[in-house]
Amino acid sequence: MRLNPTVAALLAATMLTGAGSAQAETLRLLTWGSYAPEELVQKFEKEYPDIDVEVTFSNNEEMIAKLRATGGAGFDLAQPSHDRIYAAQLEYDIYKPMDLSKIDTSVMEPSLLEGVKANTTIEGEVYSVPHQWGTSGLMANKEMAPDFKGWGDLCDPKYKGKTSMRLKRTILLGTAFAMGEDPFAAYADLDKYQEILDKVADKLIECKGNIKAYWKGGDDLSAMMLSGEIVASETWDSTAYKLFGQNENIVFVPPETGALAWIDTFTLPRKGKADDAAYKWINFVLRPENVTIMSSSTGSMASVKGAKDLLPPEKKVAVSAAFTDADISNLKFFANIPPGVEDMEGKTLEKIKAATGG
Amino acid sequence: MTPNPTFDLECNNIAKSFGKVRAVNDVSFTIPSGSFFSILGPSGCGKTTLMRMIAGFEEPTGGDIKIKGKSVLGTPPNKRNVKMVFQHLALFPMMNVYENIAYGLRCSGHDKDEIKRKVHDVLERIALPDVADREIHQLSGGQKQRIAIARCMVLDPDVLLLDEPLGALDLKLREAMKIELKLLQHQFNTTFIYITHDQSEALVMSDHVAVMNKGDFEQIGTPQELYHRPNTAFVAGFVGDSNRWTGRVKSGDATGGMAETDQGLPIKFTANGQSQISEGETVDIFVRPEFIRTLRGADRQSPVEPHETSIDGVVDSLLFNGANSRVLVRGSTGQLIEADVTLTGSGDLTPGEDVRLAWSSEQATCFARHEAS
Amino acid sequence: MQQKDIKRLTMLLLFAPFALWILLLILLPHIGMVILSLREKVAPRVYEFGFGNYIDFAMEPIYWNTLLRTGSMALLVTALALLIGFPIAYYIAKVAGFRTRGALFLLCLIPLWVSDLIRAFGWILLLRETGVISTFLQWSGAIDGPIEFLYNDATVVVGLVYTVILFMIVPLVSTLDGMDNSMIEAGYNLGGNGFTVLRRIIVPYAMPGIVSGCIVVFMLTAGSYLTPILLGGKNSSWFTEQIYDQFITRFNWESGAAFGFLLLAFTSLVIWLGLKLSGQTLANTVAKS
Repeated sequence: MRLNPTVAALLAATMLTGAGSAQAETLRLLTWGSYAPEELVQKFEKEYPDIDVEVTFSNNEEMIAKLRATGGAGFDLAQPSHDRIYAAQLEYDIYKPMDLSKIDTSVMEPSLLEGVKANTTIEGEVYSVPHQWGTSGLMANKEMAPDFKGWGDLCDPKYKGKTSMRLKRTILLGTAFAMGEDPFAAYADLDKYQEILDKVADKLIECKGNIKAYWKGGDDLSAMMLSGEIVASETWDSTAYKLFGQNENIVFVPPETGALAWIDTFTLPRKGKADDAAYKWINFVLRPENVTIMSSSTGSMASVKGAKDLLPPEKKVAVSAAFTDADISNLKFFANIPPGVEDMEGKTLEKIKAATGG
Repeated sequence: MTPNPTFDLECNNIAKSFGKVRAVNDVSFTIPSGSFFSILGPSGCGKTTLMRMIAGFEEPTGGDIKIKGKSVLGTPPNKRNVKMVFQHLALFPMMNVYENIAYGLRCSGHDKDEIKRKVHDVLERIALPDVADREIHQLSGGQKQRIAIARCMVLDPDVLLLDEPLGALDLKLREAMKIELKLLQHQFNTTFIYITHDQSEALVMSDHVAVMNKGDFEQIGTPQELYHRPNTAFVAGFVGDSNRWTGRVKSGDATGGMAETDQGLPIKFTANGQSQISEGETVDIFVRPEFIRTLRGADRQSPVEPHETSIDGVVDSLLFNGANSRVLVRGSTGQLIEADVTLTGSGDLTPGEDVRLAWSSEQATCFARHEAS
Repeated sequence: MQQKDIKRLTMLLLFAPFALWILLLILLPHIGMVILSLREKVAPRVYEFGFGNYIDFAMEPIYWNTLLRTGSMALLVTALALLIGFPIAYYIAKVAGFRTRGALFLLCLIPLWVSDLIRAFGWILLLRETGVISTFLQWSGAIDGPIEFLYNDATVVVGLVYTVILFMIVPLVSTLDGMDNSMIEAGYNLGGNGFTVLRRIIVPYAMPGIVSGCIVVFMLTAGSYLTPILLGGKNSSWFTEQIYDQFITRFNWESGAAFGFLLLAFTSLVIWLGLKLSGQTLANTVAKS
């Protein structure tokens, strides 16, 4: 969620060549860029000398596309977000149920665990457990945009040509909330959802002139923000935390309607061949000392109890600067995407992109 | 110079250097209207550079070029009324025959009907009236040759330059084209300047030939003059075949005398018209094969004329070539000598036969060696 | 007889890798794509045969507008690449000395050693509002405030021309190289000026190279993904992005396959038209350059 896919692919390629020959068991990990820091992989391989870890970096959509192409083969552990499991499983049958008894679920934050379980239970079987979680929201340069607080402010003429967003579903949902709608509730009634989308599209087309450019990945967003070319943007919280480390004026702003929260999970592909190794990896990264290493690489919080205390110190400052307890309780977790919604959202995004404006 | 120029082309002290290399060295010559003029020389002698200067592709570093009495220095090639047939003809492969010939007319802005008339006219004159719609690759070698000339002649040039255009043809066609070129030149009555390294092409076709060597003209003259009265050793050696000896003058005056070759063969010679030859000088002596008599059997014993040189030898081999057959004789001094013979088919010379060769001192042309060369 | 059989076997063996390559890597995937594009999704895991995906394309102006836009931009890039590439190719093939030629060719090749992505980032560094060019212009006093050169169609065109121009130069150099210099001299000698020689002799002679360069450049441009995405602005949609979205973001492989086919058909059509207009044949251009 935080790295340009091509950069990730390049990194993955270098990592793959670094991996040794596979006479031992191989754990093929399909995950986000930065979700398998080299330090952790080496530590794991030292502890389990008979397991080689192979990492492929990807994102939600590509993970599903890859697994769909092979019917769930080629990888032993995937990490899609919690809202991307239910529909994909129904439609393409690419995952297999988890054996929770093999995972030390006691260390997990119960609310997150229960949330993910609720999201990913199909016919009584649980398909996923939580790993890292984070939010999508806004970031602003406090010096230049001190009272930036909601999704709608991206379209405020005050900041004309000085804001940015990513033209993906997040901004559709955020804008819907800002307009007083509840898109997740509308998932149950797709006609209603289409109405919301149409309203959102009109709003975002009108807003186009206010936007400097749509960002495509963490890199170009960071560059625009750091150079001061833009003063505020839609963002992932981890990107904002990273920039906070370089410029203390840049902070993550949870929108007043609530930051959108996602939980990246551990999920087993249907034709995975090394389930035991996968469970070993899951339990391994849940250990407190490893959580810190992981979080310093991902910039996000782990779904374990006391996760905030396990953050590396500089991230802890950034998180504290961003979130109050009220913000935390106001989080809007992404709801399961029902079949067909991706298409509706896709068409809306196309409409916005194709519209001439700004 | 007459005020009314009768020369199509004049070159005065024309020179060209490429960096330190002097390709053409103060060359001067004039070419009368309507003549066939050849520049003959070995490759690298500067003849192509000279021609490119006339065409305008190179600027001379010195001297002047006049066409029809007017200096063309500084005139770009497309403004000179000098056309050129290139070594590989340079016909345009993406145009058909008609378009190739019409190209120049179009450039000079003729109207459509006139172009059509002129193209068909010129095709008639080169006796290829039906090829207008052919593609270039459908033509034979000889036809291409003629189209290349027609393409130039349709523009009615003052001078036509031909850069070894026969080089790419096979022997038989080359022989035929020599005659054809000469006829075409007569027909168009245009001044042709023909560049070649093949002396037979130059001799057969030309009214005048300039022999060029190392950037200089060695001699300009009619083919007969060059052949029979070469001015320099280079011309004597380059034009026609010769037996060549190097030797030292034993005795003699300005007109002739006796020299001894390096192998110890005494030869009586005639000095060529322009040089003085004195005793002790190193000289080159040339004798053409057709002037050497081959005596066999009893004739060998008969005395030779006093001005003749004779040498005994053994037939080494026969070079049969019909009317141009030759015999190679190994002389008593060990050198091989070529002589023309008539082979009738019966009772001819046989290898190993003892013969005597004899030639007149008038046919032994002698040039003093310049120390430099 | 036996000799003949062996010969035939040898021919077969020599031909086999090529045939396999064509079959396995080109024909089969495309057949798969066609079949995929003709499936209509009616419910999860339920598909029907039909032309629905193509009808969707025809009914949605956004899709075919994007395709037309991509096509016209690609044509513009091709034209610019030709205009800029021709003099360069002519210089390399006809004017430059033997040694300089190699060096120049190498210079043209160097950008290819760097990945598309890095090149695009290079342009971003140069052209952004706080980038090298804007800063330099401000420093030199030519402009008052910063100027954003990035995120518009012009930038996309520039970036694409830069990326593909080599593919224009190489076939041009190779055809021009095969042209006898005396052909050009003959053009002048027969009375043509520089323009006539260029128009009537050099360009017609180089036509196979021009056409094959244009085909390659057009195909590469219409099918490029990274450069238009990274340099493009808010309105610059590109058809490959559309295909990517269908396949990856919207999990709609069926319609993605249909789009892929439409792109292939569209570019083939444009190339066919181009060949007709320039009077060239594909065999002719491919054989000559």
